[in-house]
Amino acid sequence: MSIQVRNLSKTFDDFHALQDVTVDIESGQLTAVLGPSGGGKSTLLRIIAGLETPDSGTVLIDGVDVTNVAARDRGIGFVFQHYAAFSHMSVWDNVAFGLKVRKTPKPKIRGRVNDLLKLVHLDGLAHRYPSELSGGQRQRMALARALAVEPSLLLLDEPFGALDVKVRQELREWLRRLHDEVDTTTIFVTHDQEEAMEISDQIIVINDGRVEQAGTPDQLYDHPINDFVMGFLGPVTRLGGVLVRPHDIHVSLAPDAGGHPAVVERLVSLGFETRLVARPVNGGEAITVQLTRNQIQNLAVGVGDTVHLTASPTTGPLSAVGVSTPSADQAG
Amino acid sequence: MGKYALRYSILAYITLLLLVPIVMIGYRTFQHGVAPVWDALSSPTATHALQLSVLITAICVPVNVIFGVTTAWLIARHKMPLPWLVNAMINLPFAMSPVVIGLAVYTLYGRTGWFGTYLFAHNIGVLFTWKAIAIATIFVSLPFVVREVVPVLEELGTEQEQAAEVLGASRLQSFFQVTLPAIRWAVVYGVVLTAARALGEFGAVNIVSGNSVGQTQTLPLFVNDSFSQFQPVAAYSAGLLLAVISLLILVGMTTLSSRRRREASL
Repeated sequence: MSIQVRNLSKTFDDFHALQDVTVDIESGQLTAVLGPSGGGKSTLLRIIAGLETPDSGTVLIDGVDVTNVAARDRGIGFVFQHYAAFSHMSVWDNVAFGLKVRKTPKPKIRGRVNDLLKLVHLDGLAHRYPSELSGGQRQRMALARALAVEPSLLLLDEPFGALDVKVRQELREWLRRLHDEVDTTTIFVTHDQEEAMEISDQIIVINDGRVEQAGTPDQLYDHPINDFVMGFLGPVTRLGGVLVRPHDIHVSLAPDAGGHPAVVERLVSLGFETRLVARPVNGGEAITVQLTRNQIQNLAVGVGDTVHLTASPTTGPLSAVGVSTPSADQAG
Repeated sequence: MGKYALRYSILAYITLLLLVPIVMIGYRTFQHGVAPVWDALSSPTATHALQLSVLITAICVPVNVIFGVTTAWLIARHKMPLPWLVNAMINLPFAMSPVVIGLAVYTLYGRTGWFGTYLFAHNIGVLFTWKAIAIATIFVSLPFVVREVVPVLEELGTEQEQAAEVLGASRLQSFFQVTLPAIRWAVVYGVVLTAARALGEFGAVNIVSGNSVGQTQTLPLFVNDSFSQFQPVAAYSAGLLLAVISLLILVGMTTLSSRRRREASL
């Protein structure tokens, strides 16, 4: 199922949640909507689901305008951040709910629910109540419930946001595998760039109600359209007034042409990686450089030494590489 | 020592003020054995009064449940216009003396009242019938269900309803299969309070019923009549019956709420 979102705007009282947002999502992809909280990403997801009505703009699913179609008629699976489990129903009844309200024949419900509970590894807990499950189990139940009606579009609103780090790590890998197995288009909202980078085919960065950039994780990481995207997708440091990735800085003891001279203030060993913090000779904020342990040993650099820092060529400005941007999409 | 002084003095206060009088009614009722009590309660006047009180309660509870749950849902989901005004109006029966409520109903349905003029012209009897008693009692006990259900609905939030909607449930399916089961204890609690109030209502009913013996006399009116006509055994017996029914309702309520707590803590 492909999704086209066209010029979507939504205001809550005085707050502009979305301003003229245009997004394209191809069928079968796992897309992350990434951004800081309050940036409008959940509103976008809820409008696609039909849980929120936009002030203006349209949502097309497979080319059909569904902007005025009720959520119950969109054939969508939705997973809420806080699970939205039906607290008075057992796990089994939660998962069966969507099938029951669609008057599915009983034997078919039984088969489908049992299959889904196996898929989410809850087959032994069918008779428990949501309050008797851990957070991770509840979220897996919520996923099974959403998948029961065989949606061709699965939407997840910060699905792992309320879980602890270890469970979150497990579930995100599992979501990737699940997406590949059940053949749906999946969109999930997150504020965790690592989560987005790790499992998605496409990332849409939303900030202040606007799309900053859309593209593959590599495109966004290597060729961010602006400082915001660059800073949001990974660690950055400022070298000669320009934002660069700490691992994209070349360190040399010999004065290079165009290099920024700086004095080493600190060397922090973090196992395989070593972090070098240096202060520019002409003053200003400290520069962080990420090096491997081998590189540091080969350089034989110590605290107090003067080094010359150059941005290494792996990072290039976006325009030079020709990656498609939202504005380019709108033009075409 | 000091920390026990406070709790035991309060305990003594409650006992003296609440428990002792009720025990005294029990004592006075059975002072001359069970036979006079049985005679007093099995008289046609007394049984009719009990039946009428039960009928009024049976009308009042479902009306206030349907109205109360609907109103509570509209308030909790911010779909009510002028919410502050609606809230104040719903609390009105709590703030007003039941006698005043009785007078208000009387002025409306009396021969010269807005509704009364029409009703009397068409020979429809409302005032001084069970209908007027029911109207006054519904008025008096209106806030209970709303007050119980609103906070539970607010705490419940809308996520479960939204989840049901995305899964394809209609509004009705969502309400009966998701919302109502989630608020059922609050509804039961409201029902219990409404029933207790409807059964015991005196002030408003006294004015609109006409208090016609064997026809429009409810159990609390019967107690009052017996007392003022120097029939202490009948007054005490019926009074005790009312107290026992209320006590049973209260015990039921306490068990329900402890069950609700257990369920919530699961």
